[in-house]
Amino acid sequence: MNLSDAADVLLGAEATASALEPLTDSWQELDLATATAVQHLTLSRRLARGERLTGLKLGLTSRAKQRRMGIDTPLTAFLTDAMVLRLGEPLRLGGLIHPRAEPEIVFLMGERLAGPGVTAAEALAAVASVSCGVEIIDSRFRDFRFKLPDVVADNASAARYVLGPRRVDPSSLDLTLEACVVELNGRVVDSATGAAVQGHPAEALAEAVNALALEGIALEAGWSVLTGGMTDAVELVPGSSLRVDFTHLGSVVIQASGGEAQ
Amino acid sequence: MDDAERKAAALDLSKAKLERRPIRPLTETFGSFGVEDAYAVQQLFVEQLAPGPNRTLGHKVGLTSVVMQSMLGVSQPDFGHLLESMFYAESSAVPLSELIQPKVEPEVAFVLGRELSGPGVTMAHAVRAVEYVLPALEIIDSRIVDWKISLSDTIADNASSGGVVLGGTARRLEGLELRTIGCNLWHGGALAATGAAGAVLGNPLNSLVWLANTLGSLGEGLMEGEVVLPGSCTVAVPVTAGDEVRAFFAGLGSVGARFEGSAP
Repeated sequence: MNLSDAADVLLGAEATASALEPLTDSWQELDLATATAVQHLTLSRRLARGERLTGLKLGLTSRAKQRRMGIDTPLTAFLTDAMVLRLGEPLRLGGLIHPRAEPEIVFLMGERLAGPGVTAAEALAAVASVSCGVEIIDSRFRDFRFKLPDVVADNASAARYVLGPRRVDPSSLDLTLEACVVELNGRVVDSATGAAVQGHPAEALAEAVNALALEGIALEAGWSVLTGGMTDAVELVPGSSLRVDFTHLGSVVIQASGGEAQ
Repeated sequence: MDDAERKAAALDLSKAKLERRPIRPLTETFGSFGVEDAYAVQQLFVEQLAPGPNRTLGHKVGLTSVVMQSMLGVSQPDFGHLLESMFYAESSAVPLSELIQPKVEPEVAFVLGRELSGPGVTMAHAVRAVEYVLPALEIIDSRIVDWKISLSDTIADNASSGGVVLGGTARRLEGLELRTIGCNLWHGGALAATGAAGAVLGNPLNSLVWLANTLGSLGEGLMEGEVVLPGSCTVAVPVTAGDEVRAFFAGLGSVGARFEGSAP
């Protein structure tokens, strides 16, 4: 398999909502650098077919998850306008493989931010506003079974994202104590605070921007940055009703329907 | 269970607590028994621990999260008694010599300004009864070996109560959105768990309503001045000698505890 084949296979699995075996099963030499190149190639193909780059998602932003995967910085992947789910719009599960939802703190970048050497304070100073959001992850690999290079190539399982209704000035918030309460079908199933994201979501942002600098990538003004799941991901099935309430950032409700994607 | 079995079970629990030697599940020793028997055993156990009428200073509600309820296969919380001897001051260390296999849970405690007795208690009654909200650490502990508890085991064992440390930041309920109050639990220098007060039945006040009505159905009530621990905001974190824990609550201050002595 080469870069182009891998990008084809991944985008094909996404388009047809059919699960793949991990790339590393048959392509043992797939290392992180190559996987990153695959991720970048899938982005080029998305842009070539008319999608617009809207920002970045961070993955594996808890120390516990990083230890399990053997890394010490968050994963990054790209978001496009095709992944945006509008607030209140039902999530059609037909176009997805095995979607799971994660509550996240989202930064809207006010200024360009480029590493290396960026601190959390500098990163936060480049943030124009903070929102809440829910990310729908959907690994293209069967049963979410993958190795690190697989998930990097697979754009960190990015599938859809919803932004909450509020835009809050970051200097007015203590994000370490900004909480989310996750309710599935009327029952609270989980809760967490922003401290679960690398101690503070701005720490995750700084680490990500410094890691991206090694690839010559900077964050642009206007980008949304999903800073990583605060709780375990919640499985969604047809009929699932998910509600996430944040302390200061408002709420997001997602109704999952069985219908085909448009 | 007949009266003799209930007494024997309560004695086993008292002995386990006193000698700090956990026992096998009561549901193994006595065969499975129901919730009614379990609360009867708890009543006897508590009377043995605290002879005299006025030693109960509060109640705790447990099994208030979906995770805990599904772990024990139940859909209801349970409650236990907080005795005078279980209250530890924040300024002094919690002696491990009183405990067997303790864990810590951060909670938003209620202090009642008036009595609250079910049945028929609604959210409106509960809100009127709460005088103050305090940050709290509940110390849970089990007299059953390795926490191998079923619902009836933990109820009989005073809902696995161990102790409580109250913080000194008092807040009125007015203006507090309890559901989304964030909580970070630090253990030593590390963040051990995060959560929100909404992890407790969606809102800890729901727990207070349940407690008042459940006690009411047993002919009991909550007194003015009582402390109610409604349930944990996060998973429970095990503690041992020399450990320091501190819970920070958004807008409600913080509360810490230090553990000294030796594990059994």
